[in-house]
Amino acid sequence: MTGIVQERGLAHAFETLGAWLLALIWALPLVYAVWTAFHPGQYAAHFDLSAPLTLENFANAWEAAPFARYFLNSFLLVTSVLAGQLVLCTLAAYAFARFAFFGREVMFALVLVQLMIMPDVLIVENYRTMRWLGLVDTVLAIGLPYMASAFGIFLLRQTFKTVPTELDEAARVEGASFLGLLWRVYVPLAKPVYIAYGLVSVSYHWNNFLWPLIITNSVTTRPVTVGLSVFAMVDQGIDWSIITAATLLTAAPLLIAFLLFQRQFVQSFMRAGIR
Amino acid sequence: MHRASVHIYGWLLLLPAAVLLAAFTHYPAIATLVHSLYSTPRGNRPERYVGLDHFADMLEDPIFWQSFHNNIIFALGTIPASIALALLMALWVNGKIAGRGALRMSYFTPTVLPMIAVANIWLFFYTPDYGLLDQFLKPLTGTAHNWLGTRSTALGALMAVTVWKEAGFFMIFYLAALQQIPPNLIEAAALEGADRVTIFRRVTFPLLMPTTLFVLVNAVINSFRLVDHVVVMTRGGPDNATSLLLFYIYQVAFRYLDTGYGAALTVVLLAILAVLALGQFFTLDRRVHYR
Repeated sequence: MTGIVQERGLAHAFETLGAWLLALIWALPLVYAVWTAFHPGQYAAHFDLSAPLTLENFANAWEAAPFARYFLNSFLLVTSVLAGQLVLCTLAAYAFARFAFFGREVMFALVLVQLMIMPDVLIVENYRTMRWLGLVDTVLAIGLPYMASAFGIFLLRQTFKTVPTELDEAARVEGASFLGLLWRVYVPLAKPVYIAYGLVSVSYHWNNFLWPLIITNSVTTRPVTVGLSVFAMVDQGIDWSIITAATLLTAAPLLIAFLLFQRQFVQSFMRAGIR
Repeated sequence: MHRASVHIYGWLLLLPAAVLLAAFTHYPAIATLVHSLYSTPRGNRPERYVGLDHFADMLEDPIFWQSFHNNIIFALGTIPASIALALLMALWVNGKIAGRGALRMSYFTPTVLPMIAVANIWLFFYTPDYGLLDQFLKPLTGTAHNWLGTRSTALGALMAVTVWKEAGFFMIFYLAALQQIPPNLIEAAALEGADRVTIFRRVTFPLLMPTTLFVLVNAVINSFRLVDHVVVMTRGGPDNATSLLLFYIYQVAFRYLDTGYGAALTVVLLAILAVLALGQFFTLDRRVHYR
């Protein structure tokens, strides 16, 4: 009996070791980036605990590219996409959940098509459309293809369907209009889903890269991800410490939000998924 | 409520989303098919109908085949690895383990970082001689290795970044599923004398099947969609060793400005996604994805 217990204890110790080793590998890139960004350039590949700390890399990175503008663009992008998504998905989900309109099943199937074929894949045609609309190189063009999100519609429809119809009818007897009902009954009840969806959406669009790279070509519209890549590719003269500082700046808003709201973040991802 | 008004209200509520969906998903998917049959308009030469010429060219295009081949390798290499790691991570951080919170955070953090930012960091890891990987390995092997500049290692190096980025994301779904398994099932199996491996094989893993399928679908879509790190780390090189289908589409349409051929390539990618969607529809229980 003690033999088995000892064996289990040993196995458990090995597992703990394995788990920590993996965690170390997973954290390494970020730890490394923090080390490099906070130390002078000559320590970028030279680890010395006595190396002096400095904030100069951040200052240099901030000076070397218009990051303030990039941040503003990213901020405008995520807020406009989120606002658009919340309104459009709420209205569509309400229709799917509570209105037995003609063609509902077909329309719902057509919405779900977007789960498989995302705007990310249709870059050639979407660029053509944006050029036709005269929107190339605008923040609106980055977000527009994502505003009608099939995932958001699906998620909210599921939630709205769980609202008891008695509640719905009671409010209607009191003379509430359809939109009033949506606003006073359905939206408040779906609050946790909205928060989860919001976190996923913000992190997705803050991090998105290929489409913004294609559709923007000037400082006034580029989000931080594209700004960072332009910055890192421009010339070889910029050293690694400055690039890692810029990299951390780019990731900072989400990283800080993640550290502060870790539990909610993880739960929202559990609930939501992607897009 | 009046019967006609149900239809009217329903459609009015749906309309804004439907217009955007049609404009940026359905229309472009169909327009891609149409444009793949036309030549690329250049200067004063308007586009003209060329039939299946682009597809015939594609058959002869070594870079297309290389990208196709790379994408298959990329999918086969990253999907099982990231799912297996995700499951392992979830089992670890779901159990009683020292420093569970820190482990969870460490596994999950890559998920919230922009791919473009982590690609920058990994770029440095892979730098020959000076980079972190070589600093560890050079004393052992005696030679510097250009991980991203060598045909044989470049794709593998990108796959490692992908697995690192995705495993923690998939872990979350497994963690959620593990927490929903009734503990008495595991206890009952343990009482009957089943060891941990048996319990996992006969009880836990079968119960995680729906999650595995959900994660698998996500992983497959991602393997045809994620190219940020290719753009930054290798630009498809060396010698197209890391070119993936979507990257090649981007290259053809926006670097070589050949939108007609780009549309034809997109048709191939859409066809792959459609086959996957149909396969998913017919083989998997639909409830599985939309719990």
